Amino acid sequence: METTAEWIRNVSGIEERRYAAEEETVAALAVKAGQDCLERCGAAPGEVGLLLVASGSAERRFPGPAASVAAALGCGETPALDVPLASAGSLFGLALGAQLCGAYGTVLVVAAEKMSTAVQFDAANRGTAMLFGDGAGAALLSAAGGVARVVSSVLHSDGAYAEDLRLEFGKPLEMNGRSVILQASRKVPRAIEEVLGAAGRTPAEIVCFLMHQANQHLIIRIAEALAVPPEKFFSNIHWYGNTSSASLLIAAREWSDARGFRAGEPVVFAAFGAGFHWGALLAEGC
Amino acid sequence: MNPQAQITEILKQVAKKPIPPDPGESLFDSGVLDSFALPELVSRLESEFGISIPDADLAPRKFESIARIEAYLESRR
Repeated sequence: METTAEWIRNVSGIEERRYAAEEETVAALAVKAGQDCLERCGAAPGEVGLLLVASGSAERRFPGPAASVAAALGCGETPALDVPLASAGSLFGLALGAQLCGAYGTVLVVAAEKMSTAVQFDAANRGTAMLFGDGAGAALLSAAGGVARVVSSVLHSDGAYAEDLRLEFGKPLEMNGRSVILQASRKVPRAIEEVLGAAGRTPAEIVCFLMHQANQHLIIRIAEALAVPPEKFFSNIHWYGNTSSASLLIAAREWSDARGFRAGEPVVFAAFGAGFHWGALLAEGC
Repeated sequence: MNPQAQITEILKQVAKKPIPPDPGESLFDSGVLDSFALPELVSRLESEFGISIPDADLAPRKFESIARIEAYLESRR
């Protein structure tokens, strides 16, 4: 690609990104994240009552990766549902999974993306290609409790912008970056204020904001809109790039390792992506 | 200050770059506005002109040139 590391860093904050091996599938990435999550939580695959797999870069029309991931994890005949939403997929998975815990007990939410197959590495497409990386993350939700509880969530979709960010089979990802940034910079802060307002919380009270890692400048812009220091927004985009739906759960895992939930402390999850789909979720340490 | 001069002044403050003299010139193609200066411009237009711009009006092309911004603001009067 005809570009420089400095140019990429200046426009996105991205310094490195990870690419899966050619033979690795979205499902293979999802299985690794799912196994790691179950082991860390001390849960057996048989305990999973519902599996949700978010991905916008799955290799085929159907079946999506969810059923293969369930089989590889050893979840037996556990229902496995694909959430093909790209960047907002893991947030929707977490929000819906939390609602479904009452019916299914334990919900494993996995997000996996092989974005390296969604972009074209030529000079004409460098502005888009350099943003994305591959990755996977996972979270386990349980009616029995855990390190945090989901207090509430808000989810929104507006198909008026469906053409502004899309990936069609056999074609590279297409993005109207100006529209995406313009809408995200207004809709995400509004969603965060909406979920906090419903819980009687303010942005200043939030210990950490875990965002879909799309662009460092967007994260800063959202922090400014909420009048909170950007340091409150966990960021690892410099290391992974934009891994679409996976980025929120990768960020959550790394923040959890570095600091993690503490009793009573509020944490916000938020994402925005193709559709447009966006939303926010408020969690509180137990 | 007329609306065009007011828009130019806001652009100077937001973009911190020389503003093209031709009001019809693209602020995107000329490098005056990047993706992240655009939301800032919209916020400043809202506060300076005392309007609330709905999300549905946030098509980047409406803010592509000084002339288009002026036309949009005129349509909101």
